[in-house]
Amino acid sequence: METVIGFTAIAVALLIGLGALGVGIGMGLLGGKFLESAARQPELAPMLQVKMFIVVGLLDAVAMIGVGIALFFTFANPFTEQLAALAS
Amino acid sequence: MSEQTSTGYIKHHLQNLQVCSTQEGWQFNTTENPTLCKGNFNTINVDSMFFSLLLGFLFLWGFRRAAKKATTGVPGRFQAFVELIIDFVDTNVKDTFHGKNRMIAPLGLTIFVWVYMMNLMDLIPVDWIPTLAHAIGVPFLKVVPSTDINVTFAMSLSIFVLILFYSIKIKGITGFTKELTLNPFNHWAAIPINLILEGAALLAKPISLALRLFGNMYAGELIYILIAMMGLYQLPLHFGWSVLHLLVTFLQAFIFMMLTVVYLSLAHEDH
Repeated sequence: METVIGFTAIAVALLIGLGALGVGIGMGLLGGKFLESAARQPELAPMLQVKMFIVVGLLDAVAMIGVGIALFFTFANPFTEQLAALAS
Repeated sequence: MSEQTSTGYIKHHLQNLQVCSTQEGWQFNTTENPTLCKGNFNTINVDSMFFSLLLGFLFLWGFRRAAKKATTGVPGRFQAFVELIIDFVDTNVKDTFHGKNRMIAPLGLTIFVWVYMMNLMDLIPVDWIPTLAHAIGVPFLKVVPSTDINVTFAMSLSIFVLILFYSIKIKGITGFTKELTLNPFNHWAAIPINLILEGAALLAKPISLALRLFGNMYAGELIYILIAMMGLYQLPLHFGWSVLHLLVTFLQAFIFMMLTVVYLSLAHEDH
């Protein structure tokens, strides 16, 4: 039981941490490139902004889904229940 | 609601009100037996159906009323609002879709407004409507239809059918088959590899579309539920998360619309 809880905590940390890491790098690159290209060609900025937001939404999904699953594991851990079901 | 553990509270909030056909006829799930319909194919998630249809008809009724009452003179507030949304969708569709099809822009508008309205149900405090429903004897109620994977998959599979329909209509059966079998490597020996690659790309479209919307809204709803368990500290946290979530709801509805238009525009490309 304790091992399962401990491993779940590590899994949660990895889910949130690695998700945030990847998305952070991605968003940084995305925003930087957008600013660069907007500085080069200011007349293209509105068109690029729309496309940037599409990609922001695609990226954002990854981190948010990770956080959601991680919080689900934290507060309503399904594995401890599986363990209890196995024991009985 | 009675005294509950945090796990019970979350589970209660994430349980749909379901009706399914059992040996004793059609039955609702109850507080005593919440997983009555688990694994039963003939199950209807009553709350998701109710709220999604309600919002759909609200959208149709409101926009139809605005269209009927539309004047060329000074527009009313609601008409200006509707025109704003239609203009927004229209510019985006015109920028992305270059084929000839009169259905794409209305489809995009419907998807955008409907998904956005379903996502906005997330901003209603998580306990209000379920507690009201509990008072009149409804044991479970999930208010946000887009946190139900059945709803998002229903929408994305409908779009998948449209993609197949227009691919065959515009390119013909032979054209569509050629696209699936001869695309990355144009040689007869590479047909199986092409089929696997293109088939996976085709099937990934509806799956990613549905899972992206579901995952985002489910995670958002779960965070609202977790914040709601914190006592008085929940108020500033709710505000903060709502500000962030307002952007997420809009972005997800927008992306759902844009990707639909992009996929359909790919289906209209005739080589």
